[in-house]
Amino acid sequence: MNYLEAIRSALDALRANLMRSILTMLGIIIGVASVVAMVAVGTGARERVMEQIRSLGSNLIVIISGSVTAGGVRMGSGSRLTLSEDDAIALEREIAAVQLAIPQQRGTAQVVAGGLNWSTLVLGVTPGFLEAREWGISSGRNFLPEEATGAGKVALLGETVVTNLFPEGGALGSEIRVRNVPLTVIGVLERKGQSMNGQDQDDMVIIPLTTSKRRVLGTSQANARAVGSILVKIREGEDMDLAQAQIKDLLRQRHRLQANQDDDFWMRNLSEIAATRDASSRTLAFLLAAVATVSLLVGGIGIMNIMLVSVTERTREIGLRLAVGARPRDIRAQFLIEATTLATIGGAVGVVIGAVGAHVAASLAGWPTLIRPEAVVLAVGFSCAVGVFFGFYPAQRAARLDPIEALRTE
Amino acid sequence: MAAPLISVRDLVKDYVMGGEPVHALRGVSADIAEGEFLAVMGPSGSGKSTFMNLIGCLDRPTAGAYRLAGEDVAALDGDRLAGLRNRRIGFVFQSFHLLPRATALANVELPMIYGGLSRGRRRERAMKALARVGLADRHHHRPNQLSGGQQQRVAIARALVNDPSLILADEPTGALDSRTSLEIMTLFQELNRAGMTVVMVTHEPDVARFAKRVLRFRDGRLTDDRAQVPADAAALLKELPQEREAA
Repeated sequence: MNYLEAIRSALDALRANLMRSILTMLGIIIGVASVVAMVAVGTGARERVMEQIRSLGSNLIVIISGSVTAGGVRMGSGSRLTLSEDDAIALEREIAAVQLAIPQQRGTAQVVAGGLNWSTLVLGVTPGFLEAREWGISSGRNFLPEEATGAGKVALLGETVVTNLFPEGGALGSEIRVRNVPLTVIGVLERKGQSMNGQDQDDMVIIPLTTSKRRVLGTSQANARAVGSILVKIREGEDMDLAQAQIKDLLRQRHRLQANQDDDFWMRNLSEIAATRDASSRTLAFLLAAVATVSLLVGGIGIMNIMLVSVTERTREIGLRLAVGARPRDIRAQFLIEATTLATIGGAVGVVIGAVGAHVAASLAGWPTLIRPEAVVLAVGFSCAVGVFFGFYPAQRAARLDPIEALRTE
Repeated sequence: MAAPLISVRDLVKDYVMGGEPVHALRGVSADIAEGEFLAVMGPSGSGKSTFMNLIGCLDRPTAGAYRLAGEDVAALDGDRLAGLRNRRIGFVFQSFHLLPRATALANVELPMIYGGLSRGRRRERAMKALARVGLADRHHHRPNQLSGGQQQRVAIARALVNDPSLILADEPTGALDSRTSLEIMTLFQELNRAGMTVVMVTHEPDVARFAKRVLRFRDGRLTDDRAQVPADAAALLKELPQEREAA
């Protein structure tokens, strides 16, 4: 008896009790559908997190000028500019793990180009910034060294700024005015999209730090070298925690902080935040897998139950088949294939329903969903395995029937 | 004379039922030659069904020898017994045992599925077998669309289809009225005339009279074995008034 025929006869047998077959499949269908839908949503969410990590640039630590304690009153972070350009230079020079340390000055400004204007973030940085953020230039070029050191009147624009100020194009080479300072657009940045906290990373004008300090955002009277934050990129393969500790020690030493004093800066490991989110979505995936296992288990038990009923109901048929020459293993194969067909069809239907469900959820709730082909194969394969596993006992029982007894059954 | 088709010697079968040992057969010896039409009779509990199950390779004897067409059956394992049933024996049962959802054709094809024949060959041979029992035009009917007599004919076609050495019929007319019984017996006699060996278990003398030889069982022993001149079922059928509609 070849397999194709066996499957055909299994389908016949399942059609004979259509309602019962469908109800039995329901367990598997619901299990697989919910898993496929939720995995789709989960994978989509993970994909988004991974994208955010990528857009951030990897191995980044941001150091923010921190709270100073003045007479027992602890001021908020950034309340005084405790960091300086020299700190950045020292970090790069003295800590081997630090690949780049970019001093940053940020401020908001109205940017004017032609008849249009736009309020955006102005970021004064050193030229290594783009490398640290792994941010490419879609057209134009980065700052030249002399522009970086000599307060060149140049700017790089984010995609959002370009669309708002140059809707007709032609941004490159044009002149913009930031706080009345005329700057030439020397480059347009590649699109980055949203950051993790929903900020548009493309809504930004990047200028040399020197330009920012001398011409645009200005400096504090107390310390012309002061900056709001330093972006640190750790070399690939270095231990982030160790590097962080070294940075902390160096900065405390440079800032002459006593052992009993709080840090006057904050450090944030950006990749870590993203990784935490990734980990939480992984936890969710584990939870889903657990739910899936339970529902497939329940579905499988349902199949076993129905197959046992079927074996009892069809004892006469089994007896007859044995009498006309079926070997016990033919009978076992028949019932095993029936159970597996039941489970596999259930799995396939579940995948379809799950995919549709995920699609609906995606369009209604705006979640990104992603259905990987391997997830589909896994779902169908797993339900097939459930069929084999839970079908085996009933099939074995059918195969062990005594033909004489079976023929005599009413 | 050639070796008998069936040869049993001192066949013993014991089994346990409800904790009580039952001696179903207490040493039975018999030979059945090719081309015989044999009726096995006896009251219930006489061992005739056990004898039939052993002959039909559905069961193995506790002791004794059984040779079917020269093959020592007692030594065979389950799979070989299944093969033997498939090739050598055609079963006909009192309650027909047709698959209710399959057509007559599919029912007749069933033994060939386990014989490993191709679809085309199966179809061809099943149609031929159905034609032989006079049901070629009903091949696509399901059992519930057929009369009792027709259902039994389908079952006989199924028994014939693998061209077996013998047909084993267990109370083949037990569920049929007397006219239909005659029709079935006519069919058996025709098949026998064409060379088929038929062994039929029955408790009705009315049915046994169509056999050429009758074995009688009592308490697990063969008590009587005699040849007889069979009644002609076809002739008896003609004498019946033609009141019934066509089968």
